[in-house]
Amino acid sequence: MEKISDKMVKLTLKRLSAEDEYPDLSQHNNYMAKVLTQDMYKKLRERATPSGFTIDGVIQTGVDNPGHPFIMTVGCVAGDEETYEVFKDLLDPVIEDRHGGYKPTDKHKTDLNSGNLKGGDDLDPNYVLSSRVRTGRSIRGFSLPPHCSRGERRAVEKLSIEALASLSGDLKGKYYALKNMTDAEQQQLIDDHFLFDKPVSPLLLASGMARDWPDARGIWHNDNKTFLVWVNEEDHLRVISMQKGGNMKEVFTRFCTGLTKIESLFKERSHEFMWNEHLGYVLTCPSNLGTGLRAGVHVKLPNLSKNTKFEEVLKKLRLQKRGTGGVDTAAVGGVFDISNADRLGFSEVELVQMVVDGVKLLVDMEKRLEKGQSIDDLMPAQK
Amino acid sequence: MASSFTRLISKRNTAVLLAGLGAGTAGFLLSENSSLAAEAKKKLYPPSSDYPDLRKHNNCMASALTPAIYAKLRDKVTPNNWTLDQCIQTGVDNPGHPFIKTVGCVAGDEESYEVFAELFDPVIKDRHNGYDPRVMKHPTDLDASKITHGMFDENYVLSSRVRTGRSIRGLSLPPACSRAERREVERVVVTALAGLKGDLAGHYYSLGDMTEKEQQQLIDDHFLFDKPVSPLLTCAFMARDWPDARGIWHNNDKTFLIWVNEEDHTRVISMEKGGNMKRVFERFCNGLKQVEHLIQERGWEFMWNERLGYVLTCPSNLGTGLRAGVHVRLPKLSKDPRFSKILDNLRLQKRGTGGVDTAATGDTFDISNLDRLGKSEVELVQLLVDGVNYLIECEKRLEKGQDIKIPSPIVQFRK
Repeated sequence: MEKISDKMVKLTLKRLSAEDEYPDLSQHNNYMAKVLTQDMYKKLRERATPSGFTIDGVIQTGVDNPGHPFIMTVGCVAGDEETYEVFKDLLDPVIEDRHGGYKPTDKHKTDLNSGNLKGGDDLDPNYVLSSRVRTGRSIRGFSLPPHCSRGERRAVEKLSIEALASLSGDLKGKYYALKNMTDAEQQQLIDDHFLFDKPVSPLLLASGMARDWPDARGIWHNDNKTFLVWVNEEDHLRVISMQKGGNMKEVFTRFCTGLTKIESLFKERSHEFMWNEHLGYVLTCPSNLGTGLRAGVHVKLPNLSKNTKFEEVLKKLRLQKRGTGGVDTAAVGGVFDISNADRLGFSEVELVQMVVDGVKLLVDMEKRLEKGQSIDDLMPAQK
Repeated sequence: MASSFTRLISKRNTAVLLAGLGAGTAGFLLSENSSLAAEAKKKLYPPSSDYPDLRKHNNCMASALTPAIYAKLRDKVTPNNWTLDQCIQTGVDNPGHPFIKTVGCVAGDEESYEVFAELFDPVIKDRHNGYDPRVMKHPTDLDASKITHGMFDENYVLSSRVRTGRSIRGLSLPPACSRAERREVERVVVTALAGLKGDLAGHYYSLGDMTEKEQQQLIDDHFLFDKPVSPLLTCAFMARDWPDARGIWHNNDKTFLIWVNEEDHTRVISMEKGGNMKRVFERFCNGLKQVEHLIQERGWEFMWNERLGYVLTCPSNLGTGLRAGVHVRLPKLSKDPRFSKILDNLRLQKRGTGGVDTAATGDTFDISNLDRLGKSEVELVQLLVDGVNYLIECEKRLEKGQDIKIPSPIVQFRK
């Protein structure tokens, strides 16, 4: 061990100093920039994960993107599962800040038993236009999108196609590789709002996730078009269950069934998902750790959204609003995307329960305001 | 000083280097397991599994990169830890360009051109009309006094410009450089430029620190460069850490301009309104020589060798890296069907007045030399001068209703 550390010392002397390498974060406003001091950078610069991912790889997106107009971005990504261990000095405080005080010693609960969800099958379809649950999964042993080689990405695709091809019943479906779909297939996927494009967000581009596009990227969906899997976009897999209307229970049930089935299909092929009892499911962006779950609805709230109490209500309910185009958009025509704000520290069932109960309350408030009535007595306590 | 930097170990892919030295890594700083892991990964992923899908591609890299060459070069690294995959990423991500056949690969450092010669040599040959770096030598000549007939008719030529690039030996190039290296380039160059005097005395404006007023002035002068938006550049990692260590220097007369850390360590531009290309080129040569002298005083030098001339990030800019051009009005000639052929034979290229990615509007064209490597700076500027004079002659003849001739094609390389 001493001989090896002698070699390490010699290397350090030849390199340019940490002071010279430390990024200028003076104009920055993201979680990484809040946490990464020069001393921390100096320490983490000496390390790499077994597959060669370094601190500069972790933080590049946060250095290149000082801030975002709508949300406080994370500013760092993982290149592989080990990133969260090797660079925990940076990532633990980022996680704690982003996930409401989640400590390095905390344990995360996984619960994909949709039977535990109470209600959720009767959100008013006059207001709730559609319901959707999404998450991500990473396949253990492969680098993540910022860092993976073409060979690894193709291996992830191949494994995913094999596993998904074994789904049956209402989950039976088909895979469309981005690089060789026909024009007709492409148009259909666009019309169904299923197609994902090469990322344009600088947050993603700067982290290296768009390399080699569209190689080994694709979309799988079931014949019923209610269960959809994205392969090699921002994560190895993004899994989405969705349908029109307000039956979140059905959406969530399909979600859990599908995910559990996919996981067992991978296990049959000697692969497992990246998961541990501290961070739950491990994904590329620290913001998606834990459940990686975003359960949401498109809901009409023209009156409530103009009410001064709207933001406060959302905060108390632990919900988040977005435009109907997704995270980087503003709302149009009084229709909002309302979803859970949390990902880590709550189980899947708990988060979907929050959405179901919360949206029910929002719709009740909207109905009151339509009639010109007060909503004061409906104000919720902080969840 | 300069020599210590040539032995710099790069920040990128540290683990690969450490594993290679037997030190190994694991998040966990040191472990014997991880160099074994690196070896196992290589076996699990043979080069064929990583070979890019280039079937829809049309760039010089895609034409040259066979699976056999990829297999041979995939696991090599330059002394700065730059890999083949990093060289070609831009070409993989950008299958083609509407106006020109792009190169599709970049160098991360001077050594890239050696370590990955089996890719770069055919790319260079393809891009530079058969120039073979294995057997040919590139001539450098910055003696502006040799230029003749370098004063254009200003009824036609609106402005004249010469640009090139220079790289500082021992520091990685924009695709690969760390923040510290980039800052070092800035320090070296800005220190040198502060030593310029007389009509070359000027001022440096750091992109990150300039005032709103300075920024507006630089925009009005058409000097300001922005963060690259072209995917050709962003996919080659050149926009990392923007705007850190980027800036613009220009002389007080606004006729000599240097961009720091944009697409190359430095881009050097001499320009004026009007048709005095001779004077533009004189200032160009004079300025370059003085800057070179000033960096040499401090123990630095430019990247240059007799095979490739001046070494720059993009293989298309090797040799002289020189683009000498004019904005010229050619209303009649540009509508003549022989225009393209005339340009081809004169070894000239037309662009829109917005630069490489634009189309021409109206009658005014940016006309410049096509070649960069295999001919000296003086030869290329003379070629441009003779060519533009010929185009103006054609325009004048067409104005008088006279006929014009397509000139014979110019010989490619000196025998």
